[in-house]
Amino acid sequence: MRFITALTLASALLLSGAGLAGAQEKLLSERGDVAIDEEMKVDMFRPEKDSDLIPRDFQKQPPLIPHTVKGYNITQNFNKCMDCHSKERAEETGATLVAKSHYLDREANKLKNISPRRYFCMQCHVPQFDAKPLVENTYKPARREE
Amino acid sequence: MMRLDKYMPAWLKRIGLTSALLLFVAGIVFWGGFNWALEWTNREAFCISCHEMEENVFREYQNTIHYTNRTGVRATCPDCHVPKEWVPKIIRKIQASNEVFHKVLGTISTPEKFNAKRSQLSQNEWRRMKANDSQECRNCHNYDYMDYTEQGKRAAKQHPEAFVAGKTCIDCHKGIAHQLPAIDQHIGVQNEGAVVMSHGEEDEAEKPPAEGEGQN
Repeated sequence: MRFITALTLASALLLSGAGLAGAQEKLLSERGDVAIDEEMKVDMFRPEKDSDLIPRDFQKQPPLIPHTVKGYNITQNFNKCMDCHSKERAEETGATLVAKSHYLDREANKLKNISPRRYFCMQCHVPQFDAKPLVENTYKPARREE
Repeated sequence: MMRLDKYMPAWLKRIGLTSALLLFVAGIVFWGGFNWALEWTNREAFCISCHEMEENVFREYQNTIHYTNRTGVRATCPDCHVPKEWVPKIIRKIQASNEVFHKVLGTISTPEKFNAKRSQLSQNEWRRMKANDSQECRNCHNYDYMDYTEQGKRAAKQHPEAFVAGKTCIDCHKGIAHQLPAIDQHIGVQNEGAVVMSHGEEDEAEKPPAEGEGQN
């Protein structure tokens, strides 16, 4: 019994020690050392140049946009992406066709045309910038189902 | 001393040399003044002194590359919307008197009214630019001097094809400086029945719709 008490005490001491050591180490947010009322230096990121198709990192990943989309508006009136990627235009423009899954409603019923829930392309498909990842990414995709 | 009269035509003798000189100077002043007034209306500040332009098209244009960019070279309203050549410029300026008339009528005096007319207004401008082979674009963007190696992949591929097909800038580059009206893109009930945007095809109706669907 006495042994257990001693062990608890020892571990408590150890833990608080670790806590103290942690407190001495300065914690930095992504904002760094800059006070909230100061302006911090902002990295300027540039969109990547047009490239070939970017391979997917995992199954069913929405393909990334391999070109700049500067000035591309998606409004109620006009969807700039669909100016090339729609079924009607893709052949002429050489753009990737909108996938079949985009013709399904939420109950998986096939629609005659692109589902309104897929209208905002850049909710899932994103363009690439030359920004470096803030933290290392150790993600590995699950094995492909056979 | 040689008599000047001998060389003067009859009409000049009739009005006298002084009057002729005065008329000549008056002509210069009048012509200069006319040109000055014409150019005075060819300024961005003049265009947006009218709230119809300031509240709608000018605000939209502020988000585009022709308003702000890396090097600060700008294309202001008249650079795109008023021809530089004298005769087309005068024709456009005379047509613009109709716009003054509608300003007085208040045809597009609110953003709602403007948007209701947007389709018609943009089609007028597309038609004009198509008819003059996008002359205002080409004042700066001359395709003889385009370096395709400096262009993006898609632009470098499509520009030569389009030029060979006899297309003009506005055929593809619509809505680059202002918002587009509702366009029927054949992607669903949204905007069904709205204007179909041509991409410079000879006849939109004859073009068969593309077949096939993507994977996944």
